[in-house]
Amino acid sequence: MAKTEIMTVNMGPQHPSTHGVLRLVIELDGENIVKIDPDIGYLHRGVEKLSEHRTYHQTLPLTDRLDYLAPMSNNLGYILTVEKLLGIEVPERAETIRVIMAEMTRLESHLVWLACHALDIGAMTVFLYAFREREVVMETYELISGARMTSNFFRAGGLSQDVPPEFEKKVRDFAASIPGYLDMYEGLLTDNPIWRKRTIGNGVISAEDATDIGITGPALRGSGVDFDLRRDIPYAGYEKYTFIVPTGTNCDTFDRYKVRLVEMHESCKIINQALDRLKPGPVLADAPQVCYPPKESVYNSIEGLIHHFKIASEGYPVPAGEAYVGVEAPKGELGYYIVSDGSSKPYRMRIRPPSFINLQAIEKMSKGAMIADLVAVIGTLDIVLGEIDR
Amino acid sequence: MADTHRAVSKLQEKFAASILEVKEDRGDWIVTVAKESLIAVLSFLKAECRYTMLTDVTAVDYLGKKDERFMMVYQMTSVAHKDRIRIKVPVSESDCRIESATQVFGSANWLEREVFDLFGITFDNHPDLRRILMTPDWVGHPLRKDYPLQGPGREPYKGRLS
Repeated sequence: MAKTEIMTVNMGPQHPSTHGVLRLVIELDGENIVKIDPDIGYLHRGVEKLSEHRTYHQTLPLTDRLDYLAPMSNNLGYILTVEKLLGIEVPERAETIRVIMAEMTRLESHLVWLACHALDIGAMTVFLYAFREREVVMETYELISGARMTSNFFRAGGLSQDVPPEFEKKVRDFAASIPGYLDMYEGLLTDNPIWRKRTIGNGVISAEDATDIGITGPALRGSGVDFDLRRDIPYAGYEKYTFIVPTGTNCDTFDRYKVRLVEMHESCKIINQALDRLKPGPVLADAPQVCYPPKESVYNSIEGLIHHFKIASEGYPVPAGEAYVGVEAPKGELGYYIVSDGSSKPYRMRIRPPSFINLQAIEKMSKGAMIADLVAVIGTLDIVLGEIDR
Repeated sequence: MADTHRAVSKLQEKFAASILEVKEDRGDWIVTVAKESLIAVLSFLKAECRYTMLTDVTAVDYLGKKDERFMMVYQMTSVAHKDRIRIKVPVSESDCRIESATQVFGSANWLEREVFDLFGITFDNHPDLRRILMTPDWVGHPLRKDYPLQGPGREPYKGRLS
């Protein structure tokens, strides 16, 4: 009898397939995984603690650094929670642009997911193609907010500024081009025997287990649970749009791949519907106690300057109370829970990051599998360490 | 905005003695229950009201603002009925422990570890109660209100604007 023993292997925190600084302590029996202990926190910046010392306005830039592959979804969740506490209505144009940008962000995040997931499993071509398409979303970010990633574009009450005239054409061309590209990716992957062998039957998690662990987003729908916050608990005017919520049946990596691809098609449809609704109008609510005055007034009148200075230095008081808003971020339910004590700083801000909770499932999904399949499981969970560690 | 919430009336019937407060705030329903009945309430909501997902577990530190310093907050979502409910449980500083919800919901595992790490609330019968975001040898609990923003043993942060 040969002597056998369990071997402990350290994967990460510097490992290309862990998508950031995730460290996995893996116990292996030969090549099979016996136990996984994820070690997180390498990227902990204390965003929740910092927000207690900053005004609501100053907290906003912290949020787009959470899931840095989907900055606008993070901004949206935070701003909606603050608006719920303030009880202010947003002009229709601002709401529509928010939906367009949230869906552009979903496409961006899913493109990065597809690129990295395919690269991890060994299909490098898709990586290069998907990053080419993602570049258009980055350009759109730059066009409207001046920054490629840290957008900081939404404001309580609307948007920081209106979009430039070329925005509409750029987004429409992008939404028109994506279905063709998606077909191309499908041609490279869906019937590719290597891709199918690596993904079919990999990382299976049943609908009951997925709900129990609290998985949300495409990973939950891949397990056949028909739940999408955009349709089921609508926010930001999503009830005005028609789209399909795809679900999987086999609960494996391949189904989650198919679900995300259909979601990208649906995002294009939502973008087109939103562009059709886009009418000229104000992009900031008429709420001077919360919103910054227009720049012309700041530069040309002392009242405007004082108004600007007051909001910039003191912030705006938010009525006491608490609110929770969950938005369907590309990776799952991103929730913000803010407790206000009536001052201009959050008393407590809790971020419910989807990746943090989805990552809990890694042990259940990869126990007994080969270590090479673990890479596919990490890819299919679509985690971002920025929001796991906060 | 409904006048009553479908689960709140059931809870009031079944757990009349242990409900401390029922409140509606901006359309969200919040039920505060006593610490002893937390697991019974969560199990009841899961089994009878189909709140099958424990979306979030967190805590709020009300240092000097309330008699009982901490408030545990449980966000629950029903996939079938597409609605939410929030359960809150006060926890005092002198008896800073509460029964773990992992026996009802698997998602509570890491979420409770995070509360333990950042607030220092102990969860009884938790399968794996370790720090999760901070390093294992860290001293103190950063999200407590008496923990300085720049860490212990440093000049307190005065802010750029003051």
